[in-house]
Amino acid sequence: MCSNQLNLLAELPVGSRGRVRSIVGDDELSVRLLEMGLTPGVEVAVVGTAPLGDPLELELRGYRLSLRRSEAARVELEPSE
Amino acid sequence: MLERPPLTVALIGNPNTGKSTLFTALAGVRQRVGNYPGVTVEKKVGSMRLGERRCELVDLPGTYSLAPRSPDEMVAVDVLLSRRGDVAGVDAVISIVDATNLERNLYLVGQVLEMGLPTIVALNMVDLARARGLTIDVERLREQLGVPVVELQANRGVGVNDLKRVLAESVDAPAARNRVSPFPEAFQRETEHVQTLWSRSDAKSENGREPLPRYLAERLLLDTSGYLQNTLTSQAADARAGEELLAARKRLAEAGCAVPAVEAQCRYRWVAEVLDGVVTRPSQRVEIVGDRVDRLLTHKVWGTLVFALLMLLVFSSVFIFADPLMGMIDEAIGALGGVAEAALPPGPVESLVVDGVIGGVGSVLIFLPQILFLFFFLAVLEDCGYMARAAYLMDKLMVRVGLSGKSFIPLLSSFACAIPGVMATRVIENRRDRLTTILVAPLMSCSARLPVYAILIGAFIPATTMLEFIPLQGLTLFSMYLLGMVTAAVVALVLKRTLLRGPTPPFVMELPNYKWPSPRMVLYRMGERGWAFVRRAGTLILAVSILVWAASSYPHNAAEVDERLEPRREALETQLAELDVSSPQREGVEEQLVEVENEIAAVYQRESILGHMGRAIEPVVRPLGWDWRIGCAVIASFPAREVVMGALGVIYNLGGDLDVGAASDQDRLGARMRAAEWDDTGEPVYNVPVALSIMVFFALCAQCAATLVIIRRETNSWRWPVFTFVYMTTLAYGAALVTYQVGMQFF
Repeated sequence: MCSNQLNLLAELPVGSRGRVRSIVGDDELSVRLLEMGLTPGVEVAVVGTAPLGDPLELELRGYRLSLRRSEAARVELEPSE
Repeated sequence: MLERPPLTVALIGNPNTGKSTLFTALAGVRQRVGNYPGVTVEKKVGSMRLGERRCELVDLPGTYSLAPRSPDEMVAVDVLLSRRGDVAGVDAVISIVDATNLERNLYLVGQVLEMGLPTIVALNMVDLARARGLTIDVERLREQLGVPVVELQANRGVGVNDLKRVLAESVDAPAARNRVSPFPEAFQRETEHVQTLWSRSDAKSENGREPLPRYLAERLLLDTSGYLQNTLTSQAADARAGEELLAARKRLAEAGCAVPAVEAQCRYRWVAEVLDGVVTRPSQRVEIVGDRVDRLLTHKVWGTLVFALLMLLVFSSVFIFADPLMGMIDEAIGALGGVAEAALPPGPVESLVVDGVIGGVGSVLIFLPQILFLFFFLAVLEDCGYMARAAYLMDKLMVRVGLSGKSFIPLLSSFACAIPGVMATRVIENRRDRLTTILVAPLMSCSARLPVYAILIGAFIPATTMLEFIPLQGLTLFSMYLLGMVTAAVVALVLKRTLLRGPTPPFVMELPNYKWPSPRMVLYRMGERGWAFVRRAGTLILAVSILVWAASSYPHNAAEVDERLEPRREALETQLAELDVSSPQREGVEEQLVEVENEIAAVYQRESILGHMGRAIEPVVRPLGWDWRIGCAVIASFPAREVVMGALGVIYNLGGDLDVGAASDQDRLGARMRAAEWDDTGEPVYNVPVALSIMVFFALCAQCAATLVIIRRETNSWRWPVFTFVYMTTLAYGAALVTYQVGMQFF
């Protein structure tokens, strides 16, 4: 994989981890994502998805968070090594 | 000894931290529940004693952050800053946090601490944290935070007395308030700048408000939605203040503190500093039972299966367990009516008490067991943490109708009764989503519609099969349920695109730890909601029942009764009195007497205000295939749908005591309806299209005063119940019209 490729949280496969680089935008949703702890540098894992494929179940800062894919698309991850 | 003035303590915390449990543990059952004016936030105040002093405990809505972007979210901030006239100035704050999830919970604590009030951190669920292998150095946390920290297991009442003791100490000796701001210097400078700007304009306002609190100045800088700026500007600020705000944000962005991201970064940095050396985590996440349960419950196949089974279980038990209780209530109401009938002299007062008050209120009270059972299950699901999973599982489905997974359980509950459904919408934070859910919830076919469907289907839909294997009666019943669901989906979509249009609210939701529900909490919540229903709905239903009774009883001077029926009744009574007790003729005479008495009731009803109203609206309902009698019954059933069958019973001379739940009475009413004829042509009134049009009308109409009152309570305005009634009645009329007119092409 290209080393400087930007990943989105929404594209992360179930069972893998990533590190948040930034949140896109400054609307209510991005404020909410930040408040819930998706701040730059934080490690986040995709634990699973709901039966219909959406939303996602994430783990970060020691707790479980549920996000829709469309919302997870606002979370940019550090490029994977 | 002179009692010192009561203290006011605010309770704040994230959702799912056990805040309500702690509130009940502290204040017991002495709680006052109401609404803050103008918003849909519930105002819950309890009282407790702190040593010698009386103390008011204010429960603030559960939130992840004190960053108001709407009037509902502003309530908590205003209470904490003592800016509300209806809540006394806050003397201290209890900030409850989930010990298993300190990192995210301390975000809110950081905001609360900035308000500068004496604060106590209640560290809840320490047992769960231990089970997860977390070690928390409470002493160190206390030092780093600079405020008292009390360990707690609220669901078992452990630590509650410690909390009270510490609370009493801290209000007497307020902690030092020179807190270090988590924000960088540049941001603090701009905050002070904004504070002076807004305070200067505030000082000009006539009510001479205090200068803008520092916390609100920070929020003004951070809130890019414009909500706060608008709210505070209305208190008089010059135009320059707005421009200055934009300029300040721009300067901040240049200084590397871009708004709004700067807040989360700074606060989580502060949290990390506070927690440094406080929490020791095992290197591997410790598997607890809850994790395994969660894997099962959110599994693609098993999770869905368990969910379906669970919902089935809830529903069948609501009906199975509630049924005998409903029978008992029905009998008790009947017995009470009998007692009243015996105690009161025959006449208008007796009729008012027996038919109006007892009969009317009883017709709604009979659903209380079902409502309570639903409240019970909802409270269990909420308390154990499954509610969030249900929303997670169902979200994608609900997104298609413009809602979110959080609307699923409230709508599902509405199939039993819309009242618990409407009350369950409190879990939906977004106002537009919540309103949409409330407005479509009454479209779900509730159990009060079932007797209406059952009688009409039994009487008019042939018990045959379609395509050899689909029973036609079952299909019709299913169609009625489907009609409600499809209409709800369409109405929700339309509402979300017109009246309640707005950006899609974030779904971002915590999936809390599973825990055993606290029986006390579950029972308490069930009792509280049940009582709210009885109190709010009871009074209005009483009023409406009396009105409907009066309309169907007056005027009470039908000439036909006096001339023809009354003499016959008297003759029969005399005949009965003369007959020997064992005489075989007795039964026949008694039957005749009942028949005449029922006819008298029917004549009175026909000549009553209601009867006249029925005839007045006949031109309106005739296109639906209805005669004035059906029109009457529909008007009389405004307080509660299922009353329509009793009303028809009176109209068709079966008497008002018809038990629409009993098969034999259903058959009797069905037979009468099949025999009913138009007054003018003598043609039968009822045929399949007419029966279908009545069913469709009742599937979609808002004939339930209790639901409308609960909508009023939950939305804190009469606007929405009126809207619900108008739109549902219009839909019901239109759909019944189409059903009849199209149906007549085939029959």
